[in-house]
Amino acid sequence: MTETLLELTGITKTYPGVVALDNVGLRVTRGEVLGLIGENGAGKSTLMKILGGVTEPTAGIIRIDAHDHTALTVQAATRAGIAFVHQELNLFENLDVTANIFIGREKKMGGPLMLVDNAGLRTRAASLLDRLKADFTPDTLVENLSIAQRQMVEIAKALSIDARVIIMDEPTSSLTLTETERLLSVIAALKAAGVAVIYISHRLGEIITCADRVVVLRDGHTVGELGREDLSHAAMIRLMIGRDLKSLYIPPAVRPRAGGCDIVDLVTAAFPDRSVSLSVQHGEILGLAGLVGAGRTSLARTVFGIDRLLSGEIRLDGSKVQIGNPRAAIRQGIYLVPEDRKRSGLILEMPIRENITLANLLHHARLLLLDRSSESSVARAQAASLGIKAPSIETQVITLSGGNQQKVVLAKWLSMQPRLMIFDEPTRGIDVGAKNEIYALMRSLADRGVAIVMISSDMEEVIGVSDRIAVMHEGRISGLLEREHFSEYNVMRLAIGQLPDAAENAA
Amino acid sequence: MRKELGLLLLLLLVSAVTAIINPLFLSTVNLLDMANLIGLFGVFSIGQGLVIISGGIDLSVGSMFALLGVVFVDLLTTYEIAWPLALLCVIAGGVVLGGVQSFLITRLRMQPFIVTLCGLLIYRGAARYYTTDSTRGFGYGDEADMLRTLAAGHVYGVPNTFIFLIVLALIMGVVLHRSVYGRWLYAVGKNEEAARFSGIRTYTVISGAYIISGGLAGISTVLLVFYTNSVSPSSFGNSYELYAIAAAVLGGCSLRGGEGSILGIVLGTALLQVLQNLVNILGIPSSLNFAVMGTVILLGVLADQQLQARRKLAAATAGAARSAVAAPLVGGRLET
Repeated sequence: MTETLLELTGITKTYPGVVALDNVGLRVTRGEVLGLIGENGAGKSTLMKILGGVTEPTAGIIRIDAHDHTALTVQAATRAGIAFVHQELNLFENLDVTANIFIGREKKMGGPLMLVDNAGLRTRAASLLDRLKADFTPDTLVENLSIAQRQMVEIAKALSIDARVIIMDEPTSSLTLTETERLLSVIAALKAAGVAVIYISHRLGEIITCADRVVVLRDGHTVGELGREDLSHAAMIRLMIGRDLKSLYIPPAVRPRAGGCDIVDLVTAAFPDRSVSLSVQHGEILGLAGLVGAGRTSLARTVFGIDRLLSGEIRLDGSKVQIGNPRAAIRQGIYLVPEDRKRSGLILEMPIRENITLANLLHHARLLLLDRSSESSVARAQAASLGIKAPSIETQVITLSGGNQQKVVLAKWLSMQPRLMIFDEPTRGIDVGAKNEIYALMRSLADRGVAIVMISSDMEEVIGVSDRIAVMHEGRISGLLEREHFSEYNVMRLAIGQLPDAAENAA
Repeated sequence: MRKELGLLLLLLLVSAVTAIINPLFLSTVNLLDMANLIGLFGVFSIGQGLVIISGGIDLSVGSMFALLGVVFVDLLTTYEIAWPLALLCVIAGGVVLGGVQSFLITRLRMQPFIVTLCGLLIYRGAARYYTTDSTRGFGYGDEADMLRTLAAGHVYGVPNTFIFLIVLALIMGVVLHRSVYGRWLYAVGKNEEAARFSGIRTYTVISGAYIISGGLAGISTVLLVFYTNSVSPSSFGNSYELYAIAAAVLGGCSLRGGEGSILGIVLGTALLQVLQNLVNILGIPSSLNFAVMGTVILLGVLADQQLQARRKLAAATAGAARSAVAAPLVGGRLET
């Protein structure tokens, strides 16, 4: 049982300006379940991408069956028996289960037509599904399967290439309790058959149930390893957190004043059986923390009128506002800086000027005809005050860096009259210098009386920038923290759905 | 503007070569004849262009001509309705059809290709059923003489259709390139989601394009009816939607949406008509008409794409060099 299948040593991965992984080691032995945990952005995904051959490490050695590699390709990884069960499932919904399992590796019948041997493949698929005790047949269309069943298809696909290591990235994030138990029993069966599983999850309970060993990553470093007997929530959380947080905090120059935005019993389409209540004052930056998929983005989209509000109400300065679409939200001074700026925030092929004035064009028009000089002067003023680095305001946004693109999104809203601004992952993919500029900007906006909600998965950012933190867990607010109670430990506990009772567990 | 300039050069080149081979090409009669056809086809091509810029397509215009055409002739001859009213009815008919199609496309989220393809089939069928497939025409009477003079007449020899196209192009040029609506249309065509996130009523903007296209199809119906003087429901306007799409694409509209200009569409229409004329005047068998048109569009779009890719590459190289020295914008000037 201790035969080493796979060993990573000294793996380092740097991106311009960021060290994603720094000298990380990892060993996987035959038939073991290795838990891999860490906060959002700790480097888990990067490490797995390196294992899967998607990303090339900057330095380090990958040893498979006593052969050393400096990098893997997707083909090499597959040949070595490394398979993924993805967080976002990569299946073809329009094809049936058999076709999905064998996609790209279809067995062909002889003859010049190279027809696919469907019958043969179906028999093989059936035996794989049998092994997993799946409750569906090989000729079911994938679009008719539940998420849990699709996962079984992915696992079957992994088994069909004789995978020896299966990587599961947050496999249970959209499963029900029974489905989760079922998956855990499949994992136990895989383990018994000698397959190793790397299990990445935020759900520490599951890790305790299934893992033989846990490796904890933090900020791109391996910070610890726990054996089966040492596994406990407290021990794992202690390793996941506890880095030095640089102080990003800029205290408000003006005290937050009463009034602002109250969200009362809001029910979003993402979690129709949960409601959210939340208040943010004028002049306050409220951090909204939580794990990916906790419902933060749907909350933002609902308040901004993109997604339908199922029930509940939104109040601005005490009076209820009706928001059925983004236009209505914008008229009320509720602006959203969206998570995916390239898709939702900008029109990349348009110049900076046209992007900045897009939401407020009627203001730049006389008799519905555009007044270019008015557009230009506003765009120029915004570009100057935000320090947008570009040859001119007529430069296409697509040619700008991420930080400058984000500033263009901000400029669009700052040229108007914000009352509540929601920032969804405002600094994702942005370099450190531009990050600090954006934080300073958020603070100066708050000081001007704007109520600010900042959704962030970056712990440093949430703790460093916010005046208060609300933490979401599976569609509801699991807790609110005031500045004196800010700690990674408390945010993390709330994010995984436990109480921030520090005294009891951290001792 | 580079695209339009290239198109203009191509147009002049093709014209020059044709004129050298056969000087009759430049005869007044031939030029005015071409101007008339450019006017006739340009009007609805502009509508098509707007729809394509919105990210859609309108396959139904040719059939709209047949349906609105037979109704128009019937209104004037059988029902003897005053021509201004009949004109209004036909334009309103186009607007309504465009409105219905846009409702299906925006509110019911159907694909533009399918909706307007069904429109193409339905309107043609309705026109043929309504007339029991018989040709409708004007008698020897003087129905709507004034409208006929407006639609098919000329001023100092210049066909009114051509004059109308120029006026329309100027108006639509302002709408598309200078108005709030035009900017919204480009934004929606390029990135509907980002437009919605900026508070633009994307459905209204898209509907506007189909409605304008329908209205212009109504006007074109009247112009075409007075050009041919009769409407045979099974062939009237047949495949004209393809001429319009070809003109728009040749004129720089991308079928992905968000690109194109009025000048380009007008030049595209002109080039298509010159090509048709060239086939005639050079004695090329007229059966090759479509083949010539297809080849030129294919080569034109190919050349444009290649040039654009090269330009993009050059811009990227220049951009990389520039970003190394890019400094904050202050007052719009580069401060170094």
